[in-house]
Amino acid sequence: MTLVEYVKAQGRDTAIWYGGLGLLAARVARNLALPPAYLWIVAREIDAIGVRSLVVALTAALFTGMVLALQSAVNMARFGAENYVGPVVALSILRELGPVLTAILVGGKVASGITAELGSMKVTEQIDALRAIGVNYIKRLIVPRLLAALLVFPIVTVLADGVGLFGGMLISVYDRNVDAYLYWNTISYWVVLKDFLTGVGKSVVFGAIVTLIGCYNGLATEGGTEGLGRSTTATVVQVAMGVIISDFFLTKLLLFLFW
Amino acid sequence: MPPPLVKLRDVWKSFEANQVLRGISLELGRGTTLAVMGGSGAGKTVLLRIIAGLVRPDAGEVSLFGTRIDRMREEAILPLRRQTGFVFQGAALFDSLSVFENVAFPLREHTSLSLGEITDRVHRFLALVGLPGTDGLLPAELSGGMRKRVGIARALVMEPEVVFFDEPTAGLDPTNARLVAELIAELRTGVCDTAIVVTHDVEFADMVADQMAILHQGRFADVGAPAEMRRSANPDVRRFLAGELRGT
Repeated sequence: MTLVEYVKAQGRDTAIWYGGLGLLAARVARNLALPPAYLWIVAREIDAIGVRSLVVALTAALFTGMVLALQSAVNMARFGAENYVGPVVALSILRELGPVLTAILVGGKVASGITAELGSMKVTEQIDALRAIGVNYIKRLIVPRLLAALLVFPIVTVLADGVGLFGGMLISVYDRNVDAYLYWNTISYWVVLKDFLTGVGKSVVFGAIVTLIGCYNGLATEGGTEGLGRSTTATVVQVAMGVIISDFFLTKLLLFLFW
Repeated sequence: MPPPLVKLRDVWKSFEANQVLRGISLELGRGTTLAVMGGSGAGKTVLLRIIAGLVRPDAGEVSLFGTRIDRMREEAILPLRRQTGFVFQGAALFDSLSVFENVAFPLREHTSLSLGEITDRVHRFLALVGLPGTDGLLPAELSGGMRKRVGIARALVMEPEVVFFDEPTAGLDPTNARLVAELIAELRTGVCDTAIVVTHDVEFADMVADQMAILHQGRFADVGAPAEMRRSANPDVRRFLAGELRGT
């Protein structure tokens, strides 16, 4: 294969992937309001996506808050601003790191799991079996996962935000000898509700992106178990890239709209 | 005269450069079991999937119960599929569900039957396919023949008007293949009298079908009753029945 042919093939695959993802999103939107609601599957997915991802998300948030406080305190001390570690940590976590890290960590775990499950169903014809039985597989397999993610991602993000701020406080108080009251007081003075809400808003969009990538790659799996492995690996990378790239555009949009 | 349950008119299908079907036309009336035969890669499974609305044709018309489905959205085809049963070549059982749950699945999805009624119906169909007492087993714990029979029970449990069988004896030992053939032949006298069976097994087709269609190079080489096919002057039919016809 020549370089030109390779670039053409890659371009075609990329266009198919984005087109397929868009079509899947449209089909999901069309099916959202259709009966049945499958609420019991939504509840099961909330457990799978949220509850079982909490330890990962909160551990990452705690250490992120701590390292952020360490770095900020050490460097801000150079120009006598160590007392402002709180707002720096809070703004970084609430606006960016909370939603983005949660989406990458939880999203990578959740989306690769979704891809593996749906991909396995695809290669063993179980999705075709659902269709043949007359079951709307978009409604049964994808909509509940999306609804659960739309609910769970903001909740986990809020918890991660809280734990991250707490981690920052631990370092500020016990390592850098900043007064705890000062830490929280400067945060409440400098951080506004908008900072918190834009982060939570982002997490909703990330939840949708992560779930759709996981579902699409699962449904598009071809080539047996080898193909399943490829899809799952691709999902982890695409989720991370999807979150980081969409974060930039979301940030631009939110700054434009609310700043 | 009632409309045919299945009707195809000039159906074409290709996968990239591979032209699989080249203008297939077909009508299936109530009470008929049609065996679609042909070598490996002849397009039999693709044809069956097109008939069930699982694959969209490139061109041509496909009607199921008098309704055209070839350009219908997936959501609109679903109610029609509930009147059909589909037995997959690999059974396609839901691997995380037990035998009971697999067979009960269509009932739970589409009916408001009570647990007792569902249990009764599932047990009736498991007994019909010769698998009573297997409720709690998982698909991984079943043999190939048992999986196939659970797949048949799942396809029949909604009491469909037409059943599609995709290579029901493929990969089975002679005893299990015979069991499945006898089961399908028996269904005609009770549960469901209309079926399309995709197979490359001439002996099996002889047992279950009253019409045969031989698919070769994307077209039907010939269609007719098994006895007529044996007398056919068509060279492709003669070569297929003699086991000399290769796939596509």
